Formats: sequence, structure tokens, C-alpha cells
Amino acid sequence: MQKKKLSIFLVLMLMVSTILAACGGGSSDSNDSGQTSDNGGGENNVLNLTETQDIPSMDSALATDAVSFNTLNSVMEGLYRLGEDDKAVEGMADGEPQISEDGKTWTIKLRDANWSNGEPVTANDFVFAWRKALNPDTAAEYAYIMYDLKNAAAVNAGEMTPEELGVKAIDEKTLEIQLENPVPYFKELLTFATFYPQNEAYVTEQADQFGLEADTVLYNGPFTMTEWKHEDQFVLQKNPEYWDAENVQLETVNTKIVKDTQTDVNLYESGELDRVKLSAEFVDKYKEEEGFQTIKEASVFFLRLNQSSNDVLKNADARKAIAMGFDKTGITDSLLNNGSVPADYLVPAEFVQGPDGKDFRETAGSYLETDQAAAAEHWAKAKEALGQDAVELELLSYDDDVSKKITEYLKEQLETNLEGLTVNIKLQPFKQKLDLESSMNYEASLAGWGPDYPDPMTFIDMFVTDGAHNQSGYSNPQVDKLVQDAKTTLLTDEQARWDALVEAEKLMLEDAAFAPVYQRARAYLTKPAVEGVLYHKFGADYSLKWTSVTR
Amino acid sequence: MVKYTLKRLFYMVLTLFIIATITFFLMKLLPGSPLTNQERLSPEQQELILDKYGLNDPLPIQYVNYMTNLVQGDLGLSFQYDNRPVAQMIAERIGPSAELGFQAIVFGTIVGILLGVIAALKHNTIWDYTATTIAVLGISIPSFVFAGLLQYYFGVEWQWFPVASWEGFEYTILPTLSLSVFVIATVARYMRSELLEVLNSDYIMLARAKGVSAPVIMVKHALRNALIPIITLLGPLAVNIMTGSLVIERIFAIPGIGEQFVRSINTNDYTVIMGITLFYSVLFIAVVFIVDILYGIIDPRIRVSGGDRK
Repeated sequence: MQKKKLSIFLVLMLMVSTILAACGGGSSDSNDSGQTSDNGGGENNVLNLTETQDIPSMDSALATDAVSFNTLNSVMEGLYRLGEDDKAVEGMADGEPQISEDGKTWTIKLRDANWSNGEPVTANDFVFAWRKALNPDTAAEYAYIMYDLKNAAAVNAGEMTPEELGVKAIDEKTLEIQLENPVPYFKELLTFATFYPQNEAYVTEQADQFGLEADTVLYNGPFTMTEWKHEDQFVLQKNPEYWDAENVQLETVNTKIVKDTQTDVNLYESGELDRVKLSAEFVDKYKEEEGFQTIKEASVFFLRLNQSSNDVLKNADARKAIAMGFDKTGITDSLLNNGSVPADYLVPAEFVQGPDGKDFRETAGSYLETDQAAAAEHWAKAKEALGQDAVELELLSYDDDVSKKITEYLKEQLETNLEGLTVNIKLQPFKQKLDLESSMNYEASLAGWGPDYPDPMTFIDMFVTDGAHNQSGYSNPQVDKLVQDAKTTLLTDEQARWDALVEAEKLMLEDAAFAPVYQRARAYLTKPAVEGVLYHKFGADYSLKWTSVTR
Repeated sequence: MVKYTLKRLFYMVLTLFIIATITFFLMKLLPGSPLTNQERLSPEQQELILDKYGLNDPLPIQYVNYMTNLVQGDLGLSFQYDNRPVAQMIAERIGPSAELGFQAIVFGTIVGILLGVIAALKHNTIWDYTATTIAVLGISIPSFVFAGLLQYYFGVEWQWFPVASWEGFEYTILPTLSLSVFVIATVARYMRSELLEVLNSDYIMLARAKGVSAPVIMVKHALRNALIPIITLLGPLAVNIMTGSLVIERIFAIPGIGEQFVRSINTNDYTVIMGITLFYSVLFIAVVFIVDILYGIIDPRIRVSGGDRK
């Protein structure tokens, strides 16, 4: 009996001590975070945001995702940075680059600027960072964005040493860049995170800790990261060492990781957030409110039509019937409801302007618009050519809620408008869908594409014969020729190159190489106190350098 | 007892080894690669990066490499969170999940036992029906509905508690409540039926006949016996809840491990999938062992099999 009482006592003791330990942990938590939340809320030039996931790494060479690009854009700076209308403005570069006659050599002077530890930013910081990104040992997934640099592809494949890369420091403040070919948009490309500098001594010293914590990175941008609680929140503070600090008004940016849109909206309602990204179901409730805005993205969604193995989709009439046979406004206005617009094209609207200053879409026409009568006609012809009355088609899509609704809508529209067609929906997780597409193991598939660099080519060269992202077996020698010319002989003649790209897109759409669906947008609700957030169409989603908060 | 413990330890290690092996090969059946930029890279570029990570090696070689590192205590680096050690990721994320889970278990068990006792003592009265209704609702309403309602009314409408995020004790209250609903319901149901059974047993009658006072009968004889099944239940339930809930962690923006586990599977983050699976397994196996030991302490009628009694 005595022994039993003792054991019960011990168990109780254990329980009490665990409770006490847990409480102790809880209260210390609230102490350190109390400071950050005090800074939030009603103060001037304090901005409270959310992101839907944590930053995977602060190492600019490894960045691949939107959160990394957004954060790095605030705390780092390349030779140039994206300003208004996605035009490159001065960053670490002092003035315009000197470009050689053949357009292949760029010489750039650096301004006097410091890292957050007070050391100067030098030309060697760029050389080091670029060699690192292309070094196969780094396994940087965005290395290919640098393939315009001389020897970059060979270095990345391990066929040349990183020292053979076409970039060198002429002196401490002068950088010389060699290109494989002239690149019309190279200045804008230099704003991309992979092109940011890194301080060699510091990176070497931090070794495998570099980029993992707020205090194991050096910053040269408008802000520095002062606190990073993984998966929870991170805090940016104005960087006093920044060369243009006098034009930076924000003092603090608090970013919480919130994955659920409803939670985001609730936080906004309770005044803890200054901006919230709205999904379709919230748009109707908030669209009359002050601070509601939609931002068009440069992402276009379309149906991939596999023409290599599917007899129906090999038939151009069948593809045209599908491309014209559904009403796109039902998707953009009801299902998405966030400012997305129907697309009859591949290169998005409000993305790039030609040498004449006009938007690409103004120069290029509109093709494959919804036309049920024409669709029915093409469909009849296709069925006759195929000798089939009933056609089955499998439609592959992502398994998230929005894609699911869009796919069901497409099925209903196509089956109604194209007599004898049965659409079988196949929803797959993201990675599985990518696998099925790259192995061309599908019939039709809802897919999206966003730009890597600010030029129509990032969309158009997707569909060259056997291109890595073609994935549909589409082949048109005329398109191939135009793309090839635009990448080589026409590089020095901007207008001719532009015309070639317009023509290439026209040919693809006339062939109905794919069926365009919509151009995506995002809907934001922002507190009126917040001003001067710049939104971008490539690279980072937005810039906070010129933002202010006046409550 | 020592022999028994050693034997159990051996089986525990064996179980872990089997779990690691099965998970490893099942995981490799997942389509796609852990590359975050997969849809943008050409096949050649993908190969380059997979080569660097050794993911193009034959499976058995990858398996041996992983197990060798594992035995040395190295869980590897995450793919999704570039080069972050998996062990560090687990350590950072288990804290909030465990704290919430612990609070939910303690609160839920206490309330559940109270409800169960009331229901059993006031059998077939309005008290019983109320407690039973609460228990049924708690089991059948999905936690995201409950969490959403709590967050909206207590957070946004009445502003009694913070809406979401993880900055101190007051931030844990709503998620703890949401998590504990299931615990309350489960414990209350078991408690009620067990207590009813115990109260009708012979030894309680004997105690009554001997003139032992009602509170003493209740605490010393009835409750103690009725608690045994609850302990069986609580071990695994505690592990389950303390290792994080995807739904609650999403809704209340908690930097926990439950959400991370699901995401690692969606992104093919191999090392993280393995790391968290093994971590969960160790916890679960350990708790089952502890529960077995606890049985003997609480109820002398149950003795572990194979134990050497001298």
C-alpha cells in the first residue's frame, strides 16, 4: 500500500512539474514578442503584412518563390531595381551602363554603397555571387535565368570553371559583363534576385549558416531583417546604411505567416493588418470598400492540347472548336472574381511595350475569341474528318478548389457547345500533374505560365518544336524560324524583332496550338493609410522602398 | 522487469527500422521531384540538380546512404527550406504544437472527466442528456467549423482574444479550446460508460454495504477503476494532438509541425517527410510503452506479460 501511494505521488509530481514547465515557456514567449506587437498597429510608417508561407532561405542565389523574391527585394539591391511601370531604376549601379557597339559587353560603374555591416559593396561582390549561382555545386534552381551571360550554361553544366564566366571586376567599383548575345531587356533582368551581390568574405565566414537566420545575412537594400521567427513572422527595419535612405519612409515592416484567407480577413477586420489578398468568395463583400483594388498579373492560363498522341487533338479544327467553344467570362467574373480577364492570347496584356511604346497586345491582334457558331462549325468538320460522332476527351487539372471549379465549368461548357463531346475530368496533385505533362501522358490540361523576364519571348519560346515547356507536341517550322531569328539575327533591330514575336504568336493562335483561357489578377484590400506600394509583373510582386504609412 | 524492458526496447528499435524502411520506399513512389522550380526547368537542368543531391542514384544506394546518416543521428537538410537542417526544423516547430496539445489534453481531460462523472451520477436525467449531447456534438462537428466560429466571435466580433498568430499565452486560448473539444467529447463518453459499469459492480455494492461514505466510494473505488481505459486512450490521443493539427495551425496561424508535415509531403521534401515521420513514430512508440508501465502502477490486477515476478 505504501509503495503504491508513493508511485501515485510520483506520477502527480511529474504532471505538476510538466504543467509548470509548460507555463514557464508560455510566459517567456509572450515577453519577447510583446515588443514586436507594441510596434504594430496604429503607428506611422509601420506596415503590417502577411505572407502565405515562410521564406525558404535568405540566400539570393537559391531563391525560387514569391515570398523570397518579395522579401529580398526589400532588403537587397542589384545593379538596378524595378521602379514604376516595371522600368529599371538605379540601384547599386551609378548611372547608365556603357554598352559596346555589338551590345555584348556592358560596363557598369558602382555607386558608393555599403553592406549593413558598413563594408563597401564592390564589383567583386557581384562576380562572387554570380559565379556562385552558376556553380553546379550550389544547385541553384534559377541559375538558368543567367544563361545570357557568356559561358554561363557551360559553367552551370560543369563543363567550364566558374572563373570562365563572362563577368569580371575591372576595379573595385567597375564591373564588366560579357553576354552571349545582346539582350534587349538586360537592364530589367539585372533587377532579378539571382543577380544580387553577395559579400564573399562574409558568405565564406558564415558557411552553411548563411541565409538561415536574420543575423547570418548581409543586407544592402532599403531595409534589413532584424527578427525572423521561422514559420511565424519576420520584421524588417529601415537600413541606415542604404545609399538612398533619405527616400525611404517606412520604419518597420512586420510580416506574419498566415496560410488561411479567412484568418487573413479576420486579422484585417480586427485592425492588425494593413493589407489582405482576397479570394473570390470575399470579393463581393469588400469590393465597394475604400482600398479595394485588383492588380493584373502577367500569368496566363490556357489548355495544353496534346497533339502528339491524341488523334482528336491532332486535328486543327477540333482544337479550334475547343478554343472557341466556351465562354471565358463565366470563369473570370464568377469563379475567380478578382479582376482576372478572359484571354484570347498568350502574351499577357499590360506586360511589355514595344519599341513604339505601345503595349504588345495593342500591336498584336485578338484571336480565338469565343464564338459558339464558329466552334460548332469547326467541330462538325473535325468529326467528319475523324469519322467519329462521339468523342471523349480527358481534361487534366490541379486538385485545388479554384482549379476544380474552373475544370467543371469547362466540362459543362464544352459538352453543351460541342455536340457529341464527353469531357472526363482528372484532378491531380501539383507534382503529379507536372509529371504527367512533362511525360506527355495526358490529353488536355489546364496550365498556367508566368514570365521569367520582361519580354514576350518568355511566353513565345515555350511552344517551339521540342521545347522543354512545349509538352504538347506542337510544331510549326515558321514559328521556330521566327523565334530563332528573334533570338539571334534580329537582336539588334528592335522593331523587326518585335514584329517577329507578334507574328509568331499569331501563327500559334491560328493553329490553336493551345486554348487560351484567362489572364490572372489578384484582389487586394489595403488600408487607406498605406501609400506608394509598387506592384510588379515579374520578379518580386511588389516594392516597399517608396511606401509610406500615414495614420 | 529489466528483462521485459530490454525486450521491449529491442522491439521498439526494430519497429522504428521497419517504419523508416517502408516510409523511405513509399515516399520515393511519390510523383515528381523535390525541386521547387520544377515546372520552369528543362529536363537537363533538373538532372543537374538531382545529380548534385544524389537523387539520381539507384534507390538501394540512396536508402543505404540515408540510413547510414540516420544511424549517426543526421536527419539531413531540407529541400524546400534550402539547406536548413531537418532536426532544427522539427525542434523549432514542435514547441508550439506540443504546448497547444498539452493544454488541450489537460483542459479537455479535466472537463471530460467532470462531464462524464456528472452524466453517470445523474444517469437518465437532464444532466446526463446535456452532457451526452455535448459529447456527440464535440465528436461530430469538424474542428475547423468550431475554430472558425471561435475566431470570428471571440476574436473579431467581441475582441476578447487575439484573432491569430503566436505571441503569448492569450494567443493559445482559442486554439486550445478548439483542440480540446474532441478530447472533452472522447473522454466524457468513455468516462460515462465506464463509470456506469463500475458503479454497478459487486465491490461497490460491498463498499456501500460496509457503510463507506459516498464520496470515498466515488473517489477511491469507482473513479480509480473507471480511469484505466481513459489512460489507454489518453496516451495515443496525447501524441496525436501534441504533434499538431493541420487545420488548427492553419486557422490560427501557428508555427507548428502539423502543417509542416503535410506540406513536406506535397512538396516532396524527402528529408523532412522522413524526419517528421520518424519523430512521430518515436513519440508514439515511447508513449505506448509508458502507458503499459503505468497500467501496472494504477491497477495491480494488470501485470505486464513476461515480467519476472519474484
